[in-house]
Amino acid sequence: MQSLRTVPSFQIEPSTRWPSLGLRELWEYRELLYFLTWRDIKVRYKQTVLGAIWVIIQPLFMMLVFSLFFGRLARVPSDGVPYPVFTFCALLPWQLFAHALTESSNSLVGNQNLITKVYFPRLVVPISAVLGGLVDFAIAFVMLLMLMLIYGIVPGWQIVFVPALVLLAVMAALAVGLWLSALNVQYRDVRYTINFLVQFWLFATPVAYPSSIVPEKWRLLYGLNPMVGVVDGFRWALLGKPDSLGLPLLISIVVVLTLLVGGLYYFRRLEQQFADIV
Amino acid sequence: MSNVTIRCEGLSKSYRIGASQDGYKTLRDVLADAATAPLRRLRNGHENSNGHYIWALDDLSFEINTGDLVGIVGRNGAGKSTLLRILSRITKPTRGRAEVHGRVGSLLEVGTGFHPELTGRENVFLNGAILGMRRSEISRKFDEIVAFAEVEKFIDTPVKRYSTGMYMRLAFGVAAHMETEILIVDEVLAVGDAQFQKKCFQRMSEIGKHGRTILFVSHNMSALRSICKQALVIDHGKLVAQGEVNHTIDHYLAQIRDDSQDESIETPTFTVTSVEISSESSPIIKTFDPVQVKVRFVPKTEIKDPGLYISILTMDSQRLTGLDLKDFITTASLPAGEVAELGFKIESLPLLPGSYQLEIHLKDMASGLIEFVPRTFKFEVAETEVYGGRKLDRWFGNVGLRARPLAER
Repeated sequence: MQSLRTVPSFQIEPSTRWPSLGLRELWEYRELLYFLTWRDIKVRYKQTVLGAIWVIIQPLFMMLVFSLFFGRLARVPSDGVPYPVFTFCALLPWQLFAHALTESSNSLVGNQNLITKVYFPRLVVPISAVLGGLVDFAIAFVMLLMLMLIYGIVPGWQIVFVPALVLLAVMAALAVGLWLSALNVQYRDVRYTINFLVQFWLFATPVAYPSSIVPEKWRLLYGLNPMVGVVDGFRWALLGKPDSLGLPLLISIVVVLTLLVGGLYYFRRLEQQFADIV
Repeated sequence: MSNVTIRCEGLSKSYRIGASQDGYKTLRDVLADAATAPLRRLRNGHENSNGHYIWALDDLSFEINTGDLVGIVGRNGAGKSTLLRILSRITKPTRGRAEVHGRVGSLLEVGTGFHPELTGRENVFLNGAILGMRRSEISRKFDEIVAFAEVEKFIDTPVKRYSTGMYMRLAFGVAAHMETEILIVDEVLAVGDAQFQKKCFQRMSEIGKHGRTILFVSHNMSALRSICKQALVIDHGKLVAQGEVNHTIDHYLAQIRDDSQDESIETPTFTVTSVEISSESSPIIKTFDPVQVKVRFVPKTEIKDPGLYISILTMDSQRLTGLDLKDFITTASLPAGEVAELGFKIESLPLLPGSYQLEIHLKDMASGLIEFVPRTFKFEVAETEVYGGRKLDRWFGNVGLRARPLAER
């Protein structure tokens, strides 16, 4: 079958300190990205009785618990929006983020059989782990729309920004996930840190409360948490509250991009040794 | 366009041994390391000192041309798998470089990435994608793969319900239908039954006929001889020979036979210092060769009526035949502490090409003592044209018959 057409060549060389990002090669492996994502989704609820209903149960229960304890008992303000809608609207991007972060951080270790036996751009692994949460998100999003319908809330034109905000949430999860997944290969301590990190992060994000209750002088620091921008953005796009976004969202974007580029380089550098140390 | 497909120059790979042998580090290890690093550096001059590192590959240079079918042999731990992992780009060399022209398909394990919950069909696509195939390519080959694996009826059943054989066939089938210019295969076919292996070897020969380059690691010498045209021998991370396959493998086998006699084995009453089997007519053992089996040992107490029993076993430990010295002679008593040698001369070894093992029992008939030497001794009968014509593979079994057609007078 060997013809005169040119065949791709490559060099094998020792590890370098500043490898390229290898994004073109990542693009060549987009089908693998698709199949790994598809596998994760397909397998996730296999051999469960309730199956995909779990996708709905999780945010629904969290909404009920939050509504009871924060909304009813603690009387946390909700910018004039019915509390269940207020918190559910934030829970969606939050769960997308939390799920993507957890999955991507554990992804390399979870796929070590692949990493030690086959070559492919390793970035495929955490990225597919992040993408796997999008289906869950889409299902829960339909529920949110139904909930809003029940409460008679109609989203404004800002709803067109939802995809961009979803992208930002996914990128935020990937940015952190790249660092943690690569670290996890070498230090399994990471595995135990993630749950704790996610719980802590939930309270540093305006899910159960509006960001307006954070004192003005702390806002800038608070805004360094990229999920603040994402969650506020969601409420703005769907509920019209807060009225404007401005600086916090901009900070979120800058933080996410910085973390992402740094994470990509860090990942690429460590990637060269994954197969030896995983 | 050059004709060289793979060119390696001074390829070396070191692994750290010691502290992090359990696979991964914890932060505590790192902190401890960091604290002692300056001291270590002072002591060793450089952190990369030999005390902490072993060289799995050491300055390997060779070239492989387009369309070459190359077998790689060497003992366990010689560095074969490390070489394949580097050429597959799974891991990076520590030093040196390699140039590869063409897409590489590597099969270091059968069924990498197979998911038990997914059906056969789904796994074919998933596994194909993992191995670097395009979806269109897999679709085109799908029927061929399924036919190869003989799982047509079960293709929509989750593979966790498959028998091991079906699973293996399907997994190998996907990999065997990759269309990369270079195919790298590790000792993956050692698993599975003889029929499966035969099928895989056939498929590999077929692939080889299409002008593709194959690198194949195996301990199955007859498979290597039938598939490959060339061989590389690796020992302790170094390339020690490269050349025509039969010639190179003969040398390699003669070499390991010489090396395997250095350690002695203890039983309660004997110290066995060496067990040798050698052909009287050539450096390697061939079917129907006259061979000698020599067992050298030191008795720990006086043995009044010494006895020796040897059996020849297949590699899966089926006893083929045996010889008991007492059926031939009575041996004089052996004093304690002196080297003794007992053995047999077999006029014509009736074993077909393949690997076999010797099992040894030492006895003292006077006291009814029978002691089993707790290790077997592997030997190879080289692949030759036993009856003058074609080469015989495992399908013919183990025993060679001295025969002649009736018509001949």
